[in-house]
Amino acid sequence: MNALRAAWAIAAKDLRIEWRSRTAILTASLFAILVELIIVFGRDAGTVSYAMLAPSVLWITIALSSLVALNRAFLLEREHGALEGILAAPVNRSALFWGKWFANLVFVLAVVTVAFPLWVLFFNVEPSTGLYGVMGLAVLGAIGFTAVGTVFSAMTVRTRHAELLLPVLMLPFMLPPVFFAAQATMRLLGGRPMEELWGWLRLLALFDVVFLVLATLIFPAVVDE
Amino acid sequence: MTLDLAQADGHIRRGRVVTLLGLAALAALYVMALQFTPPERFQGLAQKIFYIHPPAAYAMQLAFVMTGIASLIYLLLKDARFDRFAEASAEVGMVLAVIVVITGPIWGKPVWGAWWTWEPRLTFTVIEMLVFGGYFALRGAVRDPAERAKFAAVVGIMALVLVPFNHMTVYLFASQHPEPVVVQTGKPELPWVMLRSFITGFVVFTVLYMGMVMQRYGIGAKRDIREALDA
Repeated sequence: MNALRAAWAIAAKDLRIEWRSRTAILTASLFAILVELIIVFGRDAGTVSYAMLAPSVLWITIALSSLVALNRAFLLEREHGALEGILAAPVNRSALFWGKWFANLVFVLAVVTVAFPLWVLFFNVEPSTGLYGVMGLAVLGAIGFTAVGTVFSAMTVRTRHAELLLPVLMLPFMLPPVFFAAQATMRLLGGRPMEELWGWLRLLALFDVVFLVLATLIFPAVVDE
Repeated sequence: MTLDLAQADGHIRRGRVVTLLGLAALAALYVMALQFTPPERFQGLAQKIFYIHPPAAYAMQLAFVMTGIASLIYLLLKDARFDRFAEASAEVGMVLAVIVVITGPIWGKPVWGAWWTWEPRLTFTVIEMLVFGGYFALRGAVRDPAERAKFAAVVGIMALVLVPFNHMTVYLFASQHPEPVVVQTGKPELPWVMLRSFITGFVVFTVLYMGMVMQRYGIGAKRDIREALDA
């Protein structure tokens, strides 16, 4: 079995499990909506307009709900020694990483898909073609930090306080992509010319490439005994 | 076992000597800075903190980079000594980072007029502290020594790769805000008497770094011996 097919088999397995129960994806979506809501209520209504907050809110929501999603990435494997089963299969460790990462990415993007229209609605985001660009940004932004998160959650799940450790490890690694993406979002929503966007997109892509490669290389060290 | 213990004690003893030398040099540096280097024209005595602040920041960066390199070597060789060194270096880096974020605002208040600004280098230090806060949290949450070393090494390497991204982030973030006005960010010419004290500070902090890491390495070795006995 070649590596890509193995990766796909693992991703498909994870996504099938998620789809059959749907509890996790619904709960994570609810969480994302609640993050948006709490920002609305935590804001100073007199001085800060919804439009001013919109880009930050989107990225805070994506960052926090990704943590919830990533936390459970390896929980499934911990039960009944499932990870040992997968590790016993003659499958390249990096392929295992790609499978888990892809499933995580899809999960995070599914949550974003629910949160996104509500974000447009709640924060009075002007519907424009720029919104397609923002959706693209969500994908570009999530690629890098889900890669980091997949490695970290494979470790934290084997520790005490897993659900506390993952956010603490992850959030510093989310700062650069969230910052780059929020900057790009601001410019997209403000209808700025493409030249102002390129720099941010390049940084985001650089982050994705660097951490995807690093995570692929380092993941085998995490799972191997 | 007894030999290992003696070795660990040796590290601690030598580390203590080096640290004391560093501290004595730091005291000498301040005699030099206060007695033989003129006060800066605009900042007055506040500028004297610069013989600690930038050297501590440099030593912090050195410490965290060394942790990253040692982590990589650990993953390749699985030699516990590199894990111990990575841990020691990270912890010393943390102490140095605390020195940076304490001395920064003390200088910032009189000169910039605010205790805290999101100045790039200060922000960078805070982010590094949080990254390594996670590193220690992870270390504390894993009981098995081999697994702890392995996981910590993974974070150590990831943290090293994150450094350039953090640099980009804090500088680009700062460029979104107005610059502090009191100090010009151009390259001012430092007179030789000040430069001399300034460079000495970097040497002193390198010595302090080495001394503290040696001590911490010895403590780590003792912990490992005890853990091996308990197992």
